[in-house]
Amino acid sequence: MEIVVCIKQVPETSKVRINPETNTLMREGVQSIINPFDMYAIEEAIRLKEAHGGKVTILTMGPPQAESALREALSLGADEACLVSDRAFAGSDTWVTAYTLAAAIRKLGPVDLILCGKQAIDGDTAQVGPSLADQLGIPFVAFVRRIRTVGSGELLVERMFEEGYEVVRLPLPGLITVVKEINEPRLPSLKGKMRAKKAEIIALGRGDLEVEDPFLGLDGSPTRVEKIFSPDLRRTGVKWQADAEEMAQNLVKGLKEQGII
Amino acid sequence: MAVVVIKEQCNGCEACLDSCPYDAIEMVDGVAWINEKCTICLACIEACPVEAIIQEESTVELPELDRGSYSGDWVFAEQRGGRISSVVHELLGAGRSLADTTGEKLSAVLLGHDMEAAARELVHRGADEVIYVDDEALAGFNDGPYASVLSDLIEEGRPSIVLAGATFMGRSFIPMVASRVNTGLTADCTALDIDPETGDLLQTRPAFGGNIMATIICPRHRPQMATVRHKVLPAFPNDPHRKGEVRIIRGLDKTRMDGRTEVLEVVEEILDTVNLAEADIIVSGGRGLGGPEGFKTVEELALLLGGAVGASRSAVDSGWIPYSHQVGQTGKTVQPKLYIACGISGAVQHLAGMQASDVIVAINKDADAPIFDVATYGLVGDLFQIIPQIIRSVKTARGQV
Ligand SMILES: Cc1cc2nc3c(=O)[nH]c(=O)nc-3n(C[C@H](O)[C@H](O)[C@H](O)COP(=O)(O)OP(=O)(O)OC[C@H]3O[C@@H](n4cnc5c(N)ncnc54)[C@H](O)[C@@H]3O)c2cc1C
Ligand SMILES: Nc1ncnc2c1ncn2[C@@H]1O[C@H](COP(=O)(O)O)[C@@H](O)[C@H]1O
Repeated sequence: MEIVVCIKQVPETSKVRINPETNTLMREGVQSIINPFDMYAIEEAIRLKEAHGGKVTILTMGPPQAESALREALSLGADEACLVSDRAFAGSDTWVTAYTLAAAIRKLGPVDLILCGKQAIDGDTAQVGPSLADQLGIPFVAFVRRIRTVGSGELLVERMFEEGYEVVRLPLPGLITVVKEINEPRLPSLKGKMRAKKAEIIALGRGDLEVEDPFLGLDGSPTRVEKIFSPDLRRTGVKWQADAEEMAQNLVKGLKEQGII
Repeated sequence: MAVVVIKEQCNGCEACLDSCPYDAIEMVDGVAWINEKCTICLACIEACPVEAIIQEESTVELPELDRGSYSGDWVFAEQRGGRISSVVHELLGAGRSLADTTGEKLSAVLLGHDMEAAARELVHRGADEVIYVDDEALAGFNDGPYASVLSDLIEEGRPSIVLAGATFMGRSFIPMVASRVNTGLTADCTALDIDPETGDLLQTRPAFGGNIMATIICPRHRPQMATVRHKVLPAFPNDPHRKGEVRIIRGLDKTRMDGRTEVLEVVEEILDTVNLAEADIIVSGGRGLGGPEGFKTVEELALLLGGAVGASRSAVDSGWIPYSHQVGQTGKTVQPKLYIACGISGAVQHLAGMQASDVIVAINKDADAPIFDVATYGLVGDLFQIIPQIIRSVKTARGQV
């Protein structure tokens, strides 16, 4: 099975905090990591390969330093990695990201299954996967929590929804986006790390892809960030440090007055 | 288009360096310089105290949009098992005020089967018109047919705005619809407004795990599409006297119903899955509970208040409670009327999932825990003493003791 996993390098937001004085984002040496949801996509792809044979190619679009994310994925057991990078791609919204990734996938050759994370933790949109499927004209299932069976030319998967899950048949080639419940990602092996260090990365730029300029990067993006601001997280709340009974009574009184309980 | 520094204006204060989540700003000769890591997220523009960072305007000639040929606001009326989802009432509330601002018509689009009564009721909930596509193939959700039918309707009807719930269903197939009709889509919005000057839809949403808010526009494409977070915008009050038109479409071309994917079974797990997104009250527990038994106390309080049980990732990772209860960046995003955090430190990833709750109560023995920064009521002390007292007080207040 030819598998492509789309991953994104994101800032590890645990270290991003709001500066209370200036009310802006503070970055204390924020690390770049592979989007956590994409780790599950990588793991699932490697498991499929181990069970059914084939090849796993990791694909990312991003600035040159996204190469480190690709090497990390290689160290986990992926076979190939491809970096789609060009100034012309900067500032892409989800529509343009899907458009560009679709062109890269066509360039890479025939594929049976594409895996994406449920969403990236920087933009939190969850739109690239479904949109990519549409650009490639292939069926997809989002929010997959389990691959039940792998048949000839199809997968049986479980898709989450609010009240439970649905069993869906997905003909291949197809695309799935995965949630955290699907597996437990492995750690890289020493051998994997060595191999990843030396591996050749496929580099694709503007000139390598069949894309049209008006649909690229920030200019090509239908959506635009008009404004960005800090949410007002801090509340003018009260804080008590007293006898448990007294605090409990004050709380219940307050909640009753606000009509909440 | 790019983000650039006006060198003459930069005073070298370095405020932008800390604001950049991508490490894309360096100091060169005492002034800021934006390197190739920039993703044009615009965080630095806001951080700059002297307005030395700007977004350069595009030099590419872009086609003009014929705004006049699009009109009307549409709401996708999601249904499961023939029941309209409650988020639809909120979408109609939001859509109603947008439509009243622009003086346009508000339509609800319903895809389903045997739902005529429910279709009519959408008028009472704020719609001027209901477009109801009745087909057996649309009774249950399947991405392919839903995307085909909705994109066909959009291409024909040319609405100016299309809203859908940021539910599993909406976030599943709406990106496909947007891609098909070649327009932008803003995910998981928490506020919607009309720009009084341009008439564009201002779509505000959290990003970076709720650490920043962004207002997104879609200036050159129509329709302007957004998925909207549940339980954030007020619903339109039910008014059985409202009048409106119901258009029923039947006998659609079967080829549009070809989903390729096929839903074989729908399994409801009500018993062991808490619908945190729907709950008005959530009592959550973290590592401070000390073990799975700790959740008994939390459950008791939740039960008493008629709420659901949430958890931090630490509690989930320790195996004290299933993942379906996890609140936060890699769990669920919730916005109840009341969120009670017990023994949770308040890491940003947890806050990302609950900080928009109306009232937050924090119970933690560490007075400096960051959860207190977002709390409406902070109770510093041992949760094992405090929660039983809360339970007692609630019962007393209700005359149950
Ligand atoms: C990429 C990424 C994604 C993440 N996603 C999530 C997510 O979705 N959700 C999430 O929750 N976390 C998430 N995390 C983890 C997050 O960073 C924190 O580790 C986690 O939220 C901490 O959980 P906690 O508050 O329960 O535990 P701790 O941080 O250990 O806090 C326990 C608290 O309990 C208090 N306490 C202890 N005993 C008592 C007592 N008897 N009475 C009162 N108070 C007591 C302590 O003072 C302490 O403040 C994520 C992390 C990463 C890197
Ligand atoms: N620039 C990118 N390069 C490769 N894959 C991406 C990129 N952006 C998003 N993805 C994939 O799409 C998923 C959803 O991302 P998003 O729509 O941004 O939340 C991610 O989990 C990745 O699998």
